[in-house]
Amino acid sequence: MDVLFTGLYVLVFPGFLTILVLGFFSSWIERKVTARVQYRKGPPLLQPVYDVVKLLGKETILPKRGNPFVFAAAPLLGLASSSIVAVMLMIQPLVASSFVGDLIVVVYLLTLPSLALVIGGAASGNPLASQGVSREIKLMLGYELPFLIVVALAVYKAGFRIDLEGLSGASAPLSVSGVIAFIIALFCVQAKLGFPPFDVAEAETEIMSGTYIEYSGPLLAVFKITQAVLLFTLPVFLITVFWGGIRFVGLDIFWFALKYVVILVLIIVIKNTNPRIRIDQALKFFWGFCAGAAAAAFGLAVAGNVFGIAWL
Amino acid sequence: MTLTTKALLKSLWVFHLSTGSCNNCDIEVLDCLTPRHDVERFGIKLAGSIRHADVLLVTGSCNRKSAALLQKLYKEAPQPCFVVAIGECSLSRGIFIHSYNCPQPLDALVPVSAYIPGCPPKPEAIISGVLKLIRKVKGKR
Repeated sequence: MDVLFTGLYVLVFPGFLTILVLGFFSSWIERKVTARVQYRKGPPLLQPVYDVVKLLGKETILPKRGNPFVFAAAPLLGLASSSIVAVMLMIQPLVASSFVGDLIVVVYLLTLPSLALVIGGAASGNPLASQGVSREIKLMLGYELPFLIVVALAVYKAGFRIDLEGLSGASAPLSVSGVIAFIIALFCVQAKLGFPPFDVAEAETEIMSGTYIEYSGPLLAVFKITQAVLLFTLPVFLITVFWGGIRFVGLDIFWFALKYVVILVLIIVIKNTNPRIRIDQALKFFWGFCAGAAAAAFGLAVAGNVFGIAWL
Repeated sequence: MTLTTKALLKSLWVFHLSTGSCNNCDIEVLDCLTPRHDVERFGIKLAGSIRHADVLLVTGSCNRKSAALLQKLYKEAPQPCFVVAIGECSLSRGIFIHSYNCPQPLDALVPVSAYIPGCPPKPEAIISGVLKLIRKVKGKR
């Protein structure tokens, strides 16, 4: 019976199938809100599903000059890691299955989709893709530093708990350092998703989708699914670590949905109101402003802890 | 009609290629994506790379230099990929028909699925042309 339940947890609820549906739904919300911001009508509800089903029926073209095996394996790596993170984040409040250090596993797995993009783009042997790869690596170097600082801040505030259960139970958003950490993490999530203003790696107008340029058919569909899953996973990660955690009891389900929608709309509004910045501007932003603000927030949290001021 | 074909007709990603047009048709193509006409409600969107495209929108008179590139690009597109000729130049080479520089019309170079006449065609005409393409594919398969 245990095996059956584990299988159900992993594959159906809250596993892959549920996350796929919620991811498609979020990516529809993203496109619809974008359209409404631009005074357009926007695509129908099932549009992300149509896109993926269509791509599954298209021809797959493997690059002649690149490495076809790595090229085909990279999208699967990204999808696998992002769905594992999603399942870990969703299963923790359901069955209280949390082990010491699963936060570290989650943070590591969250870098893998970007890494999959890097590997896949590099294996495609296309000069524009390698341009995108170089930008993606620089962007990763940029946002990982403030991201790790704010995650460390959350760990510090939770009393050095590095498991998701301890973090979601103890994270206090109602403090100055907590709010700063949340905002910095939101910027990092924007870059992790590859949304404007940080979409330098896949800039359609200048390097023609960059790292995705050689992908076609089912492999591109896997990348699209990965993006949809990430669009669900990363806000859930933000809620778990920085905004009071998730509990699936009674009214808390409603609160979770509300927080999720607020974060999603924030991401979409940032996406739609900012033009793409250059990679050097992105690096300056993350290493200068974001890392500085994150370090300052850490200082505030330490000061608040030492002098016993709760709102810091 | 298979499931993937059904989905294909609901999410046509277009790649836009100018083979030496005067840019007027290109502006009209971009007009279709603006809030007033909004083709994204039919699932149509611009693709950055030809590998992502389902429809190759061709404008312009296919001059000597771009004809070879056009054929190369058509081979690079993943099948099924439809070619749509937009504007008088890509239909019949327009006023350049006797030019030394435009030896062949578009449909002699690649198979064309739909023709949208006009100089330039209105955005409404382009949308109706795409709908005709959808009807044609529905009827054929």
